[in-house]
Amino acid sequence: MSDVRVGILCSRIRSDERLLIEALDERGHEVVRADIRKLRFDLDGTPLTPEGTPHDIADVDVVVDRCLSATRGLYAARHLQSAGVPVVNDPDVAEICADKAKTSLALADAGVPTPRTEVAFTQESALAAIESFGYPCVLKPVTGSWGRLMAKIDSPNAAEAILEHKKTLGHYEHGVFYVQEFVDKPGRDLRVVAVDGEPIAGMARYGDDWLTNAARGAETEPFAVNGEVEELVRAASETVGGGLLGVDLMETGSGYTVHEVNHGVEFTALNGTVETDVPGAVVEWLETVATDADTIRAEVTV
Amino acid sequence: MTECTECGADVTVHDDPMIGEIVDCTTCGAELEVIEVDPVVLDVAPELEEDWGE
Repeated sequence: MSDVRVGILCSRIRSDERLLIEALDERGHEVVRADIRKLRFDLDGTPLTPEGTPHDIADVDVVVDRCLSATRGLYAARHLQSAGVPVVNDPDVAEICADKAKTSLALADAGVPTPRTEVAFTQESALAAIESFGYPCVLKPVTGSWGRLMAKIDSPNAAEAILEHKKTLGHYEHGVFYVQEFVDKPGRDLRVVAVDGEPIAGMARYGDDWLTNAARGAETEPFAVNGEVEELVRAASETVGGGLLGVDLMETGSGYTVHEVNHGVEFTALNGTVETDVPGAVVEWLETVATDADTIRAEVTV
Repeated sequence: MTECTECGADVTVHDDPMIGEIVDCTTCGAELEVIEVDPVVLDVAPELEEDWGE
């Protein structure tokens, strides 16, 4: 594989970004980093430095969006794509995955099993949705991650209090009430990292809490991805548009249900859990993305 | 080794620090961001925002 020039669009460098940059370095690829906080974009998509000159990240084979902020990453990806720079993940994919309601719709449209969900826009209709699910059920913000602001609702009193608190948070997105059935999982859920639907590796995340995010300190162990899980990961990836994704599943007793598809997936915990070189596998995939993008650009030029 | 901007305690950074990397001060618990690498300069990291994460 010839060397590729990879742009890393980021702000904070988490251990995930460090692993990715080191894996790119090890394979002799050139890395161009850009801090999203210092960039601005004009209408032809050109990223500009604080001095107003074009940033080198516009001149790469592929940009990987690793921004901590989903919103900033999405806008930056749209602008870069407009400037003809391939971006992983595609902003169309990011737009779906960054919003739990859009993700649920995409999964349901594709027939991928996903927890029963209703979306409501007032406290009254949200309460009706909660009552229809019964207790316990779950209320989630449509954006956000690491399990923040997620509520397991055990009683009508709790429902009323949480809905009132949501209202006082102020941001209009908290007026979109995403109500979901509570899945009584067996103390763990599953995270599979996949590229264009092809699983790289999977792990089970265990915790005493009803939330089992690795970011909240869940214990992890390797999970062999095959059979039904592999098929569901492929289908979930396809319905949101593919790319580098983290697909989260729960075991229901009679099968599996997909509850999240993450487009800015963190893989440090997975890399420390499994024998697979996760960042290495991501880089191998990026090489193919860069090559395919070059081929398309060459065809367009001819 | 460099100094925490919050409490002044010594903070250990990676051998090969990267701009944007986060370092925790083990003395006061502050999250610090590497803003310069040669020499290493730290500043208090930005607060968590709602749309952060994977």
